[in-house]
Amino acid sequence: MIAVVGLLIGIVGGLLLQPTVPTELQPYLPIAVVAALDALFGGLRAMLDGIFDDRVFLISFLSNVVVAALIVFLGDQLGVGTQLSTAVVVVLGIRIFSNAASIRRHLFKA
Amino acid sequence: MTMNDEQGQDVGADDTDVGRPSPLEVYDALNEPRPDLAGPVTNDDESPLAAAAAAELARAEAIEQSLADAIEEQAFDVPEVDVDESPPDAFDDSAAADLGPGAEQGTQDGPEDRPGADADRPDTDPDATDHAAWEPVGGDETRSAQGGVEDELSGAALAESASPGPDELRIPELSAEPGAWSVLGRALKPRMTRAQVLAGVLCALLGFALVVQVRQAAGADLNSMRQQDLVRILDEVTNRGDALASESADLTRERDQLLSGSDRRQAALDALRRSAETQGILTGRLPAEGPGVAVTLTEPDGLIKPVTMLEVLEELRNAGAEAISLNGQRVTASSAFTGTAGSVVLDGATLSSPYVWLVIGDPDTIDPALQIPGGAMAQVRLNGGQGEVEQRDNVQITALRVIPDPVFATPIPLSGD
Repeated sequence: MIAVVGLLIGIVGGLLLQPTVPTELQPYLPIAVVAALDALFGGLRAMLDGIFDDRVFLISFLSNVVVAALIVFLGDQLGVGTQLSTAVVVVLGIRIFSNAASIRRHLFKA
Repeated sequence: MTMNDEQGQDVGADDTDVGRPSPLEVYDALNEPRPDLAGPVTNDDESPLAAAAAAELARAEAIEQSLADAIEEQAFDVPEVDVDESPPDAFDDSAAADLGPGAEQGTQDGPEDRPGADADRPDTDPDATDHAAWEPVGGDETRSAQGGVEDELSGAALAESASPGPDELRIPELSAEPGAWSVLGRALKPRMTRAQVLAGVLCALLGFALVVQVRQAAGADLNSMRQQDLVRILDEVTNRGDALASESADLTRERDQLLSGSDRRQAALDALRRSAETQGILTGRLPAEGPGVAVTLTEPDGLIKPVTMLEVLEELRNAGAEAISLNGQRVTASSAFTGTAGSVVLDGATLSSPYVWLVIGDPDTIDPALQIPGGAMAQVRLNGGQGEVEQRDNVQITALRVIPDPVFATPIPLSGD
């Protein structure tokens, strides 16, 4: 519950504060957000599996964000920035889909 | 599977402990719903015994969950079309079965290990992978490292599920599955634990970043894009600009052509109009006005002959008269004087004295021309008439004459047509 409240607080804060993203970080923020969403869905699924651990959740959240941003940064340096960014988004999307499928199977048994 | 390595614990040692309850006893014991099932399994417990008990509980519960999943898979027909569903299913089972103590969330990272594991598996169709989850797979190191009890349990479960039939095994399934909604419901209750607060903080961060990114993406402009994208956009824009420039040049050229064509047409029309006016004036079709003279001929002492009138007419023409009318009749190229002296007939109309000629032309030329000694006026005086020439600045000739179309004459075509 607190997680949902925290999410709402974050959304409201973002709407009120309206910060501008620094230019250097602008290509990485969407990737980081998708990676964090993936970690969130993973946590949700682990909770439904009954194996939720807050330490693992925190570490996976942070590592997902950092690793995704690192991969995109590396791709930019190598000159394949758009392709690697696409690949990262695709893979994160696949993971989100599989986690969502597990959640759905738990909740709706279908 | 390599997930266990994250936790750094060797799970295999626990399997060989003496005096462990049989898997079926564990299964029966776990059938009772526990309120703490959905709670976070924390690592805060001080005593190792409690930790071990918690680990045992979690592991056994995970085994139960995987059992229930497998039974569900067996119960339902599983020709699943979605490729992304069944491998996670299979991997769920194998992952859950592989779990060691400490309740890891390896399934969160499960799919990222899948490509490697997929390569290990010999067959990839969904039904086979479901069964493969329960069989010791050769390429799976951790499974072999975990050793006997897991495989016995899986084999026993498989035998159980295989022999009786799916319907009887729905019972444990029904007792295990509804827990998902209750798990969710219990999870939604606010509890001030470290895990909840942590999750709340992380979700707040996520929500914040999400909103920021959505706002930023809504107003995305060029200065946030990569160099490669900008180069590509620049190329596209340049090509488009070139295409538009060439199209514009084509259209301009076409417009100029049309304009000049219409100008030529307009010029031709003007020329035709002027020519028509000229012809009209000269042929008597149009009324005319301009400087000229008015010649009045009277017959005080005699009668003017038609030939004298003809002489006057010819003198006027010779002097450059452009439009001539006599007594209200237009004199044209086809006019002729007939009749006799005293009753001159012009184009079928008898004229009577005084004869008033209205002439448009250069007055300074026509007047002296008529007065030449031995000219037209002299001839009139010989006839016993009298003439007066009066120069005027504006002579208006309103008499018209419509000339019928030629019946016999046809124009000779110009050479080159």
